[in-house]
Parts: sequence; structure tokens; C-alpha cells
Amino acid sequence: MKARAFDYMRPKCVQEALEAFVRADGDASYIAGGQSLVPALALRLQAPGLLIDIARLDELRGLSVAGGHLRIGATTRHCEILGSDLVREHAPLLARAAPFVAHPAIRNKGTFGGSLALADPASEFPAMALALDAIIEIASVEGSRRVGAGDFFIDLYETALQPGEIITAVYVPLASAKTRTAFDELARRRGDYAIVGAGIDAEMQGGFVERMRIAFLSVGSTPVRVGAVEAALTGRQLTPQAIRQAQDVLGTELDPVGDEHTPPEMRRHLARVLLGRLLGRLEANV
Amino acid sequence: MNAFAGSIDRPNSYIGRSVSRPNAKRLLEGRGRYVTDLVLPRMLHAAFVRSPYAHGKIVSIDIEEAKALSGVRAVFTGEDLASICAPWTGTLEHFTNMKSPPQVPLPLEKVMWSGQPVVLIIADSRAVAEDAAELVIVDIEELPALADPVDAMSAAAMSKELADNICFATKLDSGGVEEAFDAADTAVEQSFIFGRHTAVTLEPRAIVADYDPSENRLTAHHATQTPYQFQDVYSRHYGIPEANVRVIAPDIGGSFGMKLHVYHEEMAVVGASILLGRPIKYVADRMESFVSDIHARDHRVTGRLALDRDGRITAMDVDDVTAIGAFSSYPRTSAVEGNQVIRLMGAPYDFSSYRANLSVVFQNKVQTSQYRAVGHPIACAVTECLVDAAARELSLDPFEIRERNLIPDSSYPRTSPTGYQFEKLSHQVCLARLKSMMNYDALRVEQAGLREKGILRGIGIALFVEITNPSPAFYGVGGARISAQDGAILKLTPSGEVHCSISVTEQGQGTETIIGQIVADQLGIDREKVRVMTGDTDTTPHGGATWACRGAGIGGETALQAARKLKANLLAVAGLILQAQPGELDIRADWIVETVTGQQRISLAEVARVAFFRSDTLPPETQAQLSVVHHYAPQGYPFAFTNGAQSCLVEVDAETGFVKILKHWVVEDCGRIINPLLVDEQVRGGVVQGLGAAFFEECLYNEEGQLTNGSLADYLVPMACEMPDIEISHVETPTRDTELGAKGCGEAGTAAASAAAMNAVNDALVGHGAVLTQIPMTPTRILKALGTI
Repeated sequence: MKARAFDYMRPKCVQEALEAFVRADGDASYIAGGQSLVPALALRLQAPGLLIDIARLDELRGLSVAGGHLRIGATTRHCEILGSDLVREHAPLLARAAPFVAHPAIRNKGTFGGSLALADPASEFPAMALALDAIIEIASVEGSRRVGAGDFFIDLYETALQPGEIITAVYVPLASAKTRTAFDELARRRGDYAIVGAGIDAEMQGGFVERMRIAFLSVGSTPVRVGAVEAALTGRQLTPQAIRQAQDVLGTELDPVGDEHTPPEMRRHLARVLLGRLLGRLEANV
Repeated sequence: MNAFAGSIDRPNSYIGRSVSRPNAKRLLEGRGRYVTDLVLPRMLHAAFVRSPYAHGKIVSIDIEEAKALSGVRAVFTGEDLASICAPWTGTLEHFTNMKSPPQVPLPLEKVMWSGQPVVLIIADSRAVAEDAAELVIVDIEELPALADPVDAMSAAAMSKELADNICFATKLDSGGVEEAFDAADTAVEQSFIFGRHTAVTLEPRAIVADYDPSENRLTAHHATQTPYQFQDVYSRHYGIPEANVRVIAPDIGGSFGMKLHVYHEEMAVVGASILLGRPIKYVADRMESFVSDIHARDHRVTGRLALDRDGRITAMDVDDVTAIGAFSSYPRTSAVEGNQVIRLMGAPYDFSSYRANLSVVFQNKVQTSQYRAVGHPIACAVTECLVDAAARELSLDPFEIRERNLIPDSSYPRTSPTGYQFEKLSHQVCLARLKSMMNYDALRVEQAGLREKGILRGIGIALFVEITNPSPAFYGVGGARISAQDGAILKLTPSGEVHCSISVTEQGQGTETIIGQIVADQLGIDREKVRVMTGDTDTTPHGGATWACRGAGIGGETALQAARKLKANLLAVAGLILQAQPGELDIRADWIVETVTGQQRISLAEVARVAFFRSDTLPPETQAQLSVVHHYAPQGYPFAFTNGAQSCLVEVDAETGFVKILKHWVVEDCGRIINPLLVDEQVRGGVVQGLGAAFFEECLYNEEGQLTNGSLADYLVPMACEMPDIEISHVETPTRDTELGAKGCGEAGTAAASAAAMNAVNDALVGHGAVLTQIPMTPTRILKALGTI
């Protein structure tokens, strides 16, 4: 399990990184936290000729509030999300999900932007970006562009990123006094990829759902928003009956895949159970 | 006879004390020296090209491009190594009619499992060797894979040397079984599936083979628990005189039985070193470990129990089909587990009619063989689950049915219906202790209260018997060159310290610690003054090493007797110096003292100084014997059986199928305890591996014989977060076969943990129409049993 030989460079700015990728004629990979890339290199699932290390670029760092959004620099590490007061205040759903991301050693190195760029459907942060309707800022040699999370995740490990592009930051709409969130997942062991997980970001007023976004992880080839469930609950109170109906809608809306441990029907069943539990505690916001 | 009777309060009374491990600090500081750390001059590195198919015919192998790569020193295929290595066959003579195809380092005609090494690359670095491996073109014509053991039993033989796919079959029948079932008031029957799992040691398999053609001498730095066995294997299969083969097992990062088998990779690397005359390192990576380390278990068992109206067991009848992969492993074979399964069934209980059928079957998967608690968890789970099923049928409490059936503590010695001789066990004491330590009655009250709130808790108990201290009856009688005896060399240093080199080995369990305790205790010197060395065939006597829970019982007795021998020699010299009778002297706290008064006469260091440097001051003809060699082989009972009882408390989420393990209790009796701390650690580690088997660990294969979860992301090793507190209590029934009285303890935890867990889950699900008889008990399997999915 040794990687093939590769060249390594550490550019001084994003522009230099982008140009290096172009010069490498596509035979390159960006590396930040390396928590997915390094095992892939060791297993020779990937063998780029050049690694461009963007982990230490100031332009990609930092958490800040501006223009009604929380800006999360792409190389913000998972442990920083977990420990951030800004995240807890302005993106509480992320704060709820962060403890479920892998193990401390991985959280100390892995980056938020890296997780989104990889787009593992079993990862927590891509699904939460979807639930939060986050905006992803992308740089290329042509300039910068922004893509909504809803348009970002295309297929298994496939995103709106074009070869050579770098996620520079992610913008999350700020939570309000009406915001209610819930996150949970069912994993065999703490820190494992979950069999199924879900996060809810809602606005509630007087017991009624004004707006709700629900995203699941580990139920398809991408993180999955369940629009029909959201629609079924919007404008309603979260009564046991409403929750049961939402679970029924979910049962028809999800089309999960199986794996060696879990057949599809198991995943669908657990998604229903999880949805019921999350909705049951959403209003209390605990 | 058990002459040992040490007061814990006397000086240097280390036997029975929880002292720390001298090597722990070194290992924690990262100063351990494992095979992987070793760098030798001119050393090369090995990588293997492996079969992608579970079964296939090798059509052609093109190595030209790989050989041409810069940094590649050699590329070897089957013929290269078969020409210098005698094939090996994993059979034992006492398993009548057992058979297995001969094995060679790399295959000549066929591949037999997915992951089998086919081509060996030797290069300047492991990375370059892997580069070259990508350039080898192996053309294999895929053949149908035999993955399912029941199919394999009737399918055409996959090995040309054999007539069918049955490795070994045997029956046990004490008589009276049919009659007992006919007459039974109650009979229960269940069918079980025990999944394959594997050891997952922290340190993978590793070897640096270093052949020196100038002296025809092989040195193998080998991550193994049995250096002497490998000295013998390398010597005989590569035709090197045994005295010219040195096997060194340095620090070992766990073994659990996995590192005592002969593997194709290690044999190939030794052969490559012989062919090239250079040291070669091979370290299995984790992906290779999953497809080439031995796997364990893989049993399908049907069991029946007959009981009378008082809930007394009258007969047991079992059928075990176990699949072992394409070859029986060498030299211990892959039939020992099945054999122990059928012989340990019902072991705690008092009944005489027993019948068993065992079929050990070949299939196209990696070999299974001995792994911690060989056969025990299977026999224990089948027995204990059937006992619980009978208790439910008869509306008896699980403790009550066991109390009625276990062999009374007062009735030993006993012989089991399967032929095992029990010297003295303590089931009644252990079961009573378990019941009180877990506060059983209160737990039942709490369980009932929670059940009303919809919370499903379950309590499972399991009794077990463990085989330890094996005599030659284990392997020697079957023709295997595996020692049942051990040896120790004790040397006095001129400063009055003692150096002990002994043939039992250390893999992290604390062997060196307990040997040091025994030597210091018996000599009457400070523990800090005993240095223990293990794991080098050139510097330690030949012996059995550490496996089958023999380190403390046999190795410990060896050390004890050696220490007494050295002590007698030292007192003889001291008597000459002091002009006293040796019989009136003793050694306490590094001093020669008067036995009766305790008066200090001369320090041990001074005795050593005089004996080494001023022998001229001793009487003429005096030859002080300041080193001793002593060997010990177990005599008396063929095995020292131990016993104990475990309980597991779980909470089952019936909606998700997830199980939370809340608590686990163990009462165990390993005879004389040398170090309670280490025994507790052994029991806890064993329980965790048993719970791993019960809930998490399984090597999953598809129908093509491909392992589908061969990584640590997909193969679930039990982790600390999911493990409960494990409370342990000890009963001590020393064996009278030795002075020390110690029996083994390393497998006790694993033996019964999965059985207790199965009974706990099934107790939680009582009234829900679900009974789990397959492990691991995954959420999917639990929800399927409940009919939810």
C-alpha cells in the first residue's frame, strides 16, 4: 500500500495553484486535509503526477459573518467547525452534525471544502450544505463563480466542479430566532459512515412549520433532499399524525441502495425511523 | 503435588500481585522494536501480485515488463520457489483420514482463493515493488468458485490431489442418544450460523528473511508467537540444518493465534532471500491481511438437547459443518477448531449421552485456522443458547436451569462424555458469584419495569470450560514438530541480578512480566533485578512458546522450577562462604538470610562477586553453578481445564435493530493467579473479541468467493465507544499437576462472551417472536428476525 511516485508543490496563492493545475495538463490533484486523498493514493485508486497543496493558503481560511451569510473558508477544518461559536450561533445544524464527522484525528485534518469537493454521499457536511441551501464559491483560472448546493452534487463523487477548479468558500444563510434544527445518524460504531443520517433545518412559528429543508446522507449516490416530505410538512404542526404521514411520504420518495451490510429495505426503514425521531424533537430544538 | 504456598506478605512475594509490565513504558514511548522497524544492510523489499479470482487456472504469467523496471531485483513465480522448497501438507495423524492438498509458496497451476499470492516482486523499495506488480500480467482462466460449504461437500473436488472436498470428518457417540430423545419430556433444537472473522492485529504479519550463503545460515526476524516452530519449518522445507536457522521474534503487536501459522508469503520471502543471498523485508498491508491472514470460525451447527421433566439434560446431539478455505493450514491444521467444537459441547453439564458429527470442508476462500479460543465460542454458544431455549420452554430461570444441570464442584475428577478429563472445576462457586456480583434479582426487576415503558433489556448468561496447558496430546501425538515442553536458562550476573531466557513468548499479553514475577518470587530477589528475554531461537532453549493458554501454566512452571534449581545452587555457594548448612539458609530481598531468624548474612551480590572473581577463596573442588538450564513438560492430565461464567446486559432498540451493550460480567477460575491485573486485561480483551464476533466482525463474501468488506472501514472491529464496562471476579482452583498451580486465562473471555450476548439479545426479544441464532447479530439480522423488514 504505497502510493505511486508523484511531484509535490505548495503554491503561495490560489491563482498559482490554479495555474499549476493547468500546466500539469490535468495530471494533478489538489490536496488540503488529505483525509480521503491520501488513502486513495496509498491504495493506488488515484495516482496523479502532481499534488498541489492548498492547505496553507490564507485566502481559503477563516470563519466570518458578512452579508447575511456565514462564510466558511474552504480549508476550515472539521474540528474548527465543531469548536466555533460563530457556527453554533449562525449555522446550528452544522454544529449539531460536526460531532458525528469521523474521529478526532480525522477532524483535526479534514477540511470543510474538501468534504464538499469529494461529495461522498455518506458524509455529513455535503448533506448539511444541501439542507442549509449553502452557496459554494468556486475559483478557476477564468475567475470565480457561485453554485447553490442544490446544483452542486451531481452524482457519486461527481460535482459541479470542473477539472482544475477549487472551492474557495462556502456561504451559509444565517439562522434566525425561528430556526429549529435536528441532526442524527445511525452508525454501527461511533464515527463510522452512517447507514443513514439526516439533518433538518426549519423555521417554525407558533408551532407551525414555515419552511423546512431535510437532507439525508447514505441513501443514494448524492446527498438527498426530500422535497415531497418537506412540502407535506410545510404549513403544518408537527403532530404525531403529520409525522407519520411524512414518514409514509419518505418511504415512497427514497430509493436507497444496498451494500454488503445493509439491504435497501433496511435503509428505507431506518430512514423512516430516523425522520420520525428528528421531527419528534425538532420543535424543542434539543 | 501443589507444594506452592506463598504468603503474599513476605518479601518478594510477587506471585499473586498486580505489578506493572516492565516493557509497557518502552512500548508506550514508541521505543518498541518491531520487525517493521528493522533495517539491515543490503535489504530489499517484497510485494506480491495476488489472484483476483477465487478459483482459476493459471494460463500464463508475463513478468518481463516488471523485471525491466528500474529498482526491481527479481521477480519469482511458482516454479522458482517450488524448486527449492519442499511442499507442506496441513494434516495431523491423530485426525484419522484427514487430508489436504500439498502447498507450495506460489501456485504452479491453479489459484484457490481470491487474494492468493501468485507472483513475488523483489525491489529496492516496497513502492517500486508495487509499481512492478502493476506491470505483471497474469492470465487466469476463471473456474466456478466453491464458496458455500454445504455445496462444497457434494461438489467435485477442487484439488486434483483429492477425491472430494472433505478435509476431515468424524463422529462421537457415547450411545443412548436416540433413546434419551425418545424418552425426553422436553427437547429443543436450533440451527446456528457463526460467521467468519479474523484477528486484525495492530501489527500486521511481517518478516525480514536474511540468508547468508557463506554459512548456509538463515536468520528470520519474524512477527510470530512461535519462533521454534518456524525454525523447524524453515529448516526442513528449505533443507538448512536446524542449528543454522535462527528465528527472532522481537516485539510483537498482537497475534491471537493468527501469527503461528505458515503463510505462503513468509515462505516465499525466505525462498527469495535464499535465491538472492540478501535480506528481504515483507510487511503485509491491511488489505493483504484481510485476504491472506487466517480467518476463524465459519460454522453451521444444528444442536438438540433432551431434558426430563425436572429440567435435567439427558442428551445432546450436534452436527457441525465448518468451512476452512482451500487448504488446511500448516502445521497445526484447520481441523482443530471443529474437533474442539464437538468435544467442548455441553462441557459444564452433567449428562452422559452425547453424539456429534463434524464435517470440515474445503472451499475457495482463504484458510481458517486457530484463533483465540479455538472452537470454544461455538461450543459455548450452541450449548448455552440451547440451555436458554430449554429454560424458556420449561419456564425456568436461566440460573435455575444451570444450577440443576452443572457438574457439582464436589464430584471431581470427572470425564466428559466427549472424553475430556476434568481435574477440578468450580461451576457452582462461579455461578453463585456471578449471580451476586451482577445483582441479578434487582436487574430482573429493573428489566420488567423498563419493559412496561417499551424499553427492551436482556440478560444473558453463559458457562464455559476452557482448554489450557496442552500436553503432547494436542499436536505432538499427531506428528507435528511442535513442542509441548518449555525451557529456561537462568544466569546470575556478577552484580547479583538474574537473567532469564525462556521459550515462552510475548505478544503483548505480559508473558515476560509474569515470568519475571515467578523468578523473583522463587529466588527471593527484587523484581527489578530479573531481566527476562524471549523470542530468539539462538539464545533461548527450544520450547513450545505461547499459544493455547500455555504461557503461564507451562512456561510459568518451567521458570519456577528453574528458579528453585538456581536458588539451591546459590545457597550451596553461600553455605560454603558462610560455613553454614545451605538448608538453614534462604534468600530474601536479595540477601542470604538465616531461614529461621531472618538474620541477614551476606548479600547475593557479594556471593556472586566471590563466586565469579574470588573462586580462589572457596574450598578446593568447588565449582559454583551460577547458571541453570531447566526444561519442563506437562505431566498428569493431558490438559488443564478452566471454567467460569459470564453475563451480558443489553438494550435492544426494536425499531432500528441496534443493540447497546450495557454491561458485561465475568467470573473465571484460571487456578493460581500470578498477576491479577494481567489476568483481568486478558479477560477484558478476550470479552471484547467475543463481543466483536457477536455484534460486529464478519468477513463477508459474495457468491464468487470475493471478500466484499476487506478494509477497516467495512470490517467492523469492536471499538471502545461500543464496549461496556467489564467487571471481573476470580475463583482460584489451582491444578495439582504443577507446583505453581496456574492454568491459562487468555481465551476465557472470548470463549463465552458471544454466547452470553446471544442469550441477552434473545432475552430482550422474548415475546417479540424473534430468536437470533446467527452471529454477528447485526441490526439487519435483528430486524429480519423481528419481521420488520
